[in-house]
Amino acid sequence: MELLRFITCGSVDDGKSTLIGRLLYESKLLYADHLAALEADSRRVGTRGGELDFALLVDGLAAEREQGITIDVAYRFFATEARRFIVADTPGHEQYTRNMVTGASTADAAVILLDARKGVLSQTRRHARIVSLLGIRHVALAVNKLDLLGYSRESFEKVCFEFTEFAADLGFAEITCVPMSATEGVNVVGHSELTPWYDGKTLLQWLETVVVDTEENGPSRFLVQWVNRPDATFRGFSGRVLRGTLRRGDEVRVLPGERTSTVDRIVTMDGDLLEAPTGSSVTVVLTDDVDASRGDVLAFAADPAGVADAFQAHLVWLNENGLLPGRQYLAKIGARTVGFTATKALQLNEIGVDSVHFDTPVPFESYRTNATSARSWCSTG
Amino acid sequence: MDHLDRLEADSIDIFREAVAESERPVLLYSIGKDSSVLLHLARKAFHPSKPPFPLLHVDTTWKFREMIEFRDRTAAELGLELIVHRNPECVALGINPFDHGSARHTDMWKTQGLRQALDEHRFDLAFGGARRDEEASRAKERVFSFRTAQHRWDPKNQRPELWRLYNTRVAPGESIRVFPLSNWTELDVWRYVEREGIPVVPLYFAAWRPVVDRDGLLIMVDDDRMPLTESPRHELVRFRTLGCYPLTGAVRSEARTVPEIVEEMRAATTSERQGRLIDHDQSGSMERKKREGYF
Repeated sequence: MELLRFITCGSVDDGKSTLIGRLLYESKLLYADHLAALEADSRRVGTRGGELDFALLVDGLAAEREQGITIDVAYRFFATEARRFIVADTPGHEQYTRNMVTGASTADAAVILLDARKGVLSQTRRHARIVSLLGIRHVALAVNKLDLLGYSRESFEKVCFEFTEFAADLGFAEITCVPMSATEGVNVVGHSELTPWYDGKTLLQWLETVVVDTEENGPSRFLVQWVNRPDATFRGFSGRVLRGTLRRGDEVRVLPGERTSTVDRIVTMDGDLLEAPTGSSVTVVLTDDVDASRGDVLAFAADPAGVADAFQAHLVWLNENGLLPGRQYLAKIGARTVGFTATKALQLNEIGVDSVHFDTPVPFESYRTNATSARSWCSTG
Repeated sequence: MDHLDRLEADSIDIFREAVAESERPVLLYSIGKDSSVLLHLARKAFHPSKPPFPLLHVDTTWKFREMIEFRDRTAAELGLELIVHRNPECVALGINPFDHGSARHTDMWKTQGLRQALDEHRFDLAFGGARRDEEASRAKERVFSFRTAQHRWDPKNQRPELWRLYNTRVAPGESIRVFPLSNWTELDVWRYVEREGIPVVPLYFAAWRPVVDRDGLLIMVDDDRMPLTESPRHELVRFRTLGCYPLTGAVRSEARTVPEIVEEMRAATTSERQGRLIDHDQSGSMERKKREGYF
């Protein structure tokens, strides 16, 4: 069965955690002992006057329950007849943006919530921009808390217009707007009589049908993670096929550099393979005794990836100490840690376009065409 | 690649990243089904080399006897180094769940024992088999989870973790706990056990076993250390999780094979940790234990 990884995001108090609790509850996916714990917790620390407080299902940390907010991303697993899902419930507070980015980085689709009464807030925009930067192209806009506006169609359409207009430049393939009340369960799983004017998909219907972008195929790229040398007779490169299909007999180039060789064996514990598809973790033996080490990329020699040490890049800064121009930082690129400097200052949670200089050349690909192999991440050092 | 292939490839990727970037890794081997899967994935990750780290079992002397037999046989058959640590203070004081309660028993044997073992061997990275679907605080934890020099987890201040890039930088004394099964569910684990033919402790399969009722749980009488006022009765039961026998509830079941377990699970209405007494000591108890250094 197909897997969809998605996030819920949006500003604080827009009802993200409540929505997930509602999804699990209405799809009858809660275990009896979890439901019993939820009933007890709702009476003890709930914010709904003793009624089921679904946020408590995902806000699992003591500090979150104490403050009634989501601090870090929670992963929940559920399945329907159509699909299996991993949902990352991300925090709305600006202070915890880095946790939202963490959740979004592995998602195929995003549900952006907003409070129909408040419309598009600055945090809604920030999250939408991050979702776009991370290459998520399928978005549902859940216009929540419509119960507090008497399920007004006019209010719903006004907010949808406001968001789609703002998001026009963000490169989304689709934006599906759903009128919703997470607390009342309206249009979460089934349609509701309270919104007779809405005949589009409910949120669950959207999740069950949204297109999962499959990794674009193309010339193969293999990331070397670990040099495998059990004895003097065997020397292999353990790593992952990031893109394309790696085949026995392929000529590959070791990036960065000009060295080339040929794939002699693709080794696994279950026996050798003739080919390894995108995403597989295997061990490659080359015909020649070429030097390759952790962080190198074995690229299809006829069409290798580019190598460079200076880039223009979008940066999302996640450290309390702002990014200082000219200061040395460390970046993790694939399986390699390299030093870099930037030219502009960025504050915590700020997004900017900047020139970045690495202290050594690194293989690269465009994030748009290949999200798996083309990614970078920075840490202070 | 199907769903299990992808989970497998991701876990192998995690193993290799962790080993490549640590000085002294270790695998926390707790003998259950998750540990069996973890060990199988570790072998795949480094084949034809052996996994380049030892196994560590933090023993409490109260595990089921079949678990200990399985542990020793597994390590011997695979030719892996097995470190067994028993908190010497607990040995001296005879800490047990009957006289000292489950909370103190677990804290001293497992939490303190684990910290002692990690310090003694100066391990800077430890693999564990925890999954995010198990419990609410585990659902919040990173794949690479940072611990202070005092082994503390700070859930309010976790590091960003983007894509499959993991931050492994630590200062001396600090460490990382790594969870390659983070994104597996209980059902995934059993389906993978079935597909790969991975050996698991026989206690997972239904058999007639001597049991008594304790605090609403069916407790198996595994040896004569258990204080009894009644005669145990025999019931057809199995275990969904394995821990210390006086603290681990059995479930009534007729599932004698892995396919039957998978079938039973699909219809399950309770979670697997429902049978674990230590989770219910107080609300949020897993998070509290983790903050103190528990796995």
